[in-house]
This record gives sequence, C-alpha cells and structure tokens, in this order.
Amino acid sequence: MANTVIQVQGVSKSYWRDSFEVPVLNDISIEVNEGEFFGLMGPSGSGKTTLLNLIAGIDRPSKGNIVVGGVDIAKLNESALAKWRSQHVGFVFQFYNLLPVLTAFENVELPLLLTSLSKAERKKHVELALDVVGLADRTRHYPKQLSGGQEQRVAIARAIVTDPTLLVADEPTGDLDKHSAEEIMTLLERLNKEYKKTIVMVTHDPRAVEKATVVHHLDKGELS
Amino acid sequence: MRVLKLIFKNALRHKLRTSLTILGMAIAVMAFGVLRTVVDMYYEGLEATAANRLITRQSVSFIFPLPYSYRDQIAKISGVEKVSFANWFGGTYKDKRNFFARMGADPETIFDVYPEYLISTKEYETFKQERNSCIVGSEIAKQYGFKIGDIIPLDGDIYPGKWEFVVRGIYKPRDKSTDATQMFFHWSAIDERMKAEMPRRAGNVGWYVIKIKDPAQAAAISEQVDALFKNSSNSTKTETERAFTQGFIAGFSSLLNAMNAISYIIIGIIMLVLGNTMIMSARERTCEYAVLKTLGFSGGHLFGLIFGESLFISVLGAGVGVLLTYPVVAGIEALVPKGFFPYFFITPSTLILAASAALIIGIAVSIFPIQRALRTKIVDGLRFAG
Repeated sequence: MANTVIQVQGVSKSYWRDSFEVPVLNDISIEVNEGEFFGLMGPSGSGKTTLLNLIAGIDRPSKGNIVVGGVDIAKLNESALAKWRSQHVGFVFQFYNLLPVLTAFENVELPLLLTSLSKAERKKHVELALDVVGLADRTRHYPKQLSGGQEQRVAIARAIVTDPTLLVADEPTGDLDKHSAEEIMTLLERLNKEYKKTIVMVTHDPRAVEKATVVHHLDKGELS
Repeated sequence: MRVLKLIFKNALRHKLRTSLTILGMAIAVMAFGVLRTVVDMYYEGLEATAANRLITRQSVSFIFPLPYSYRDQIAKISGVEKVSFANWFGGTYKDKRNFFARMGADPETIFDVYPEYLISTKEYETFKQERNSCIVGSEIAKQYGFKIGDIIPLDGDIYPGKWEFVVRGIYKPRDKSTDATQMFFHWSAIDERMKAEMPRRAGNVGWYVIKIKDPAQAAAISEQVDALFKNSSNSTKTETERAFTQGFIAGFSSLLNAMNAISYIIIGIIMLVLGNTMIMSARERTCEYAVLKTLGFSGGHLFGLIFGESLFISVLGAGVGVLLTYPVVAGIEALVPKGFFPYFFITPSTLILAASAALIIGIAVSIFPIQRALRTKIVDGLRFAG
C-alpha cells in the first residue's frame, strides 16, 4: 500500500478584498499518495492554484490542516516554512519564472545555494538535472536565448535538482505551443514513472491532464 | 555562483539605466567635492595659523594704518619674543587678473615670525641687504616664472606710481596649508617714497605681527598691547592670528553658508537619483523576489541582494565622482590665480564626507525596496506583472 504524502483536511481559504471576504476554497479534503501524478482541473477562478499554493507552503489556509510528508506545514513559521520548501518542494510555474540575468546552469543551481553542497557537488547535480531534461548542451544559455519549451525544461530542472519530496506544477503548459506542451508533459510523466516523483499539477488543459494518474475537479472552491 | 555575482548581474541588468545613475551620482559627488574643497580652502587658512602669533591692527578697521612707533613699545611687553609688521601694498602686476598678495614688510623680522616660510640663509641675507629686493612664494614663482634676479614691475594703486623689485629669494612652504603665494619687499621702500611724495602717509604700518613666548599668555598680552594705545588716536585691536583669520572669513560667511547648503542639497539629489533607480529595480523584480522566496530564500537573502545592489551602485558612483573631483579641482586651481586660493586641494575630510554620504545613501535608499520585497506575500509577488 502506497504511503500518503499529502493530506489536506477540511481546508478553507478566503481572501479579503477591502472589507469584503472572498471565499476561494471551501472545506477541501484530499489525499495524494507517494509516486502519484495528481492532476487538478478546473475553470479559471475555481481555486485550483490557491489549493496548489497551500500544498506547496507558499500560502496559508484560513481553516484546516495540510500535512505534507508528515509535517503540518500550516503550523510552521515563515523561516521554517521557507527551509521546508527548499528541502521538500520543487516548483514549476506557468511562466517559467527563471531569473533572466542567470544562465540555465545558474538558474538550476539557485536552490542548491541554500544547501551545504560544495561547488563541485552543485555542478554535478546541476549537470545531472539538465541532462534529465535534455538540456545538457544549453548550460550557458540565458533564458532569452531559449525557446519557451526549453525555458520550461530549465524550470523543471531547477525544480528537481534538490531531489524534492514533491513536485508542484501550476499550468506548466499554459504558455506553450502544442508541440512544446507535449514535450513538457512527456517529461513530467517520465519524472513520475522513471524517477518516482510525486507530482501535483494544476491545469485546465484536458490533453495535459491525460498524463496524470489521479484527476480531481475543482469548481467554485469545492471538489466535484 | 555566489550571491555577489547575482548582485553584480542585477546591478548591470539595465546597463544604460545603471550607467546613467552612476554617472549622475558621480557628477553630484564631484560637485559636492568641489564645493566642499572651496569651502574648506577658506577655512584652511585657520589651519595655517600659529598659536604663538598675535595680530595687532587698528581698532576701527584693518584698512587704517598704525604708527611705526608702536613697534618698540610693543616689543617691551613681557612675554613678547619678536615684533614684526607689514603693509598691504595692493598694486597690479602686468594685469589685474594676476592677483597675489604683495606686502611691504620688515626684512629683519618677517621670516622670524613666520618660520613656516622656508628660505635659504643666503637668499634671506641678500634680501635684507638690498632695499629694492623682494622674496616671492614658490607657488607664484612657478605660476609667473619668477627667477632669482628677475625684476617684478608693479603699478601702485594704494601707493601710486611705478615700482620695481628684484627677486632675491624664493620661499617654500613648510606645510601643505602654508601660503606660498605672497610677495614680500622692504617696508622702507614704501615709507621712503611716501616721505618724499606724501609725507602725511609716511611712518605708518598696516599691522603688527607679534610672536609670543607662551601661547597661554595670548589673551593677557593682547590686553596689554591694546591698553598701551587705548587713549591714542590710533587705538588697537590685538587678537590671536586664528581669531583674526576667523574675523576675516566671517566676511564671507553668507557665501560659505550658501555653498555649504548647496553641497548638502546635492547629497539629497544623489539620494533621489539612486532611490528612484532602486525603487524601479525592486518593483520590476517583485515576481523574481517571490520566486526566490518560493525556492526557500529567506528575508535575509533578499535584504542582501537589494542592499548589496544599492551599495554597489552608490559606492561605484561615489568612487567615479571622487576620481573626477581630482582633475576638476586641479583644473580650477590652474584657472584661478594662486592668490585667490593660496591653498586649493582636496582634504581628507572631503573624501571621508563623500564616502560616508555614499554609504549612508546606499543604505537609506535600499530601506524602502527591502521593506516592500519582504512584506509582499509570495502569492501576490508571483501574480505581479510589473
């Protein structure tokens, strides 16, 4: 029986806009098992990115508990949460979010700067990650010298370079053409199947979600 | 890759904007440095004053003369080591723009009371013996090409007529703050012509320079000197050389205050220039800071990145500004006759002030962007479109 990596229990989230409370998630409970490729679908404004942010520890729930890898992350303070994220979560964003002044190598190396690895060890890890995403020959390229698909692959390399417990991907194909989107999804599927990475992906692309092993739908803040 | 490299790369991300900011800062620092140098030079005269020298002048104004006969009476006061005197000659050397101090002085004592004017014994002895001779400072000798044996023609104004003096010595300054832009000739040369042409003006000196044995006795001796001539038609005012110079500078106080104020306004302008750049840069990078926070970078890391970039630009701007100040000050020094600014150099205090200002500005302008980067929630930062 697979271990449960993520437990979301009775989570609600609201935002305040001026003096108005805007409910986004309402009493959500889900579980994600180790090695699962968890797809979360839903229309814009359904709260899927908010749920992903809560699982990834970059936002806090208004109510409920989120346990990831045995840690109740809602109870961690900011610095502990930052440290936890650096060790356990790899992020893939819709718009890649690479630092434009750094090369592909340097972008991938960024999360490793927070570790105690030596320069040589960091180099080894970065080269391995870039090799996994098929960009071993693009280490010295800056983001503006890469295509959208290549940028996203660098972002995936950055996400996996610390060998995190969990990969979270927010609309990873949202800014890509069909061909590049397929490449990225194939890569994520490979990371899940070959490298046994637990992935939580948010998308509204039906083709992308086909690669997921478990799919949930979210609408108006509630699972359907 | 290190955080320093990221700071460097961030600073040079918009090369034109960063270059213009550094250039703007450099020009402002240079303007600050030049203004401070001008202000400093007015006050540098104070540094050149000696604690054991008193100046006795006419009590109403410096422009009124004192009788030569006072000399012996002053010399008798206990604690007085040497009494010398001088007259402001004025006049013109070839062109009115060729300004330098020209004074008729007592050849026997003038270099005793001013030991900071270094002159060879041979030149000094020749000067003493020849009534139509003069000694010039090395700075004006260099500027006007005066050599031993040259004749310096002067057109008199306070003392009308044509005057000629033979250069018999060139004195050198002992210290950087010593004035080497003066010309001394025999007071008797003036006095004798006055006796012949304007007897009413003969027998007068401009001021007395009194060298005292103990600087602690300055106030007491000053009182004694002034008491001697209290009821005469030419009462005196005696004060330390420093107080005398301060009184002289006070005449320029409005100008100096204005220059001081402008120099600090320039600091404010630098702050606005750099502050604007840093706020723009930090705002543009809101999303990047959110990404860094997402990856696990702490507030301390962001602080270091923004603070480092701000400091990098401010220090570079200040450095270039200070380097620019040297040739500009040298250019001004070359353009302005030596007599106007006998001392014109960048003082260490100006450099320290410029460097401190750059450091403070670097720190101050990073506060707002740092605060903003730290306060922005990750989810808000990731949504930021710039």
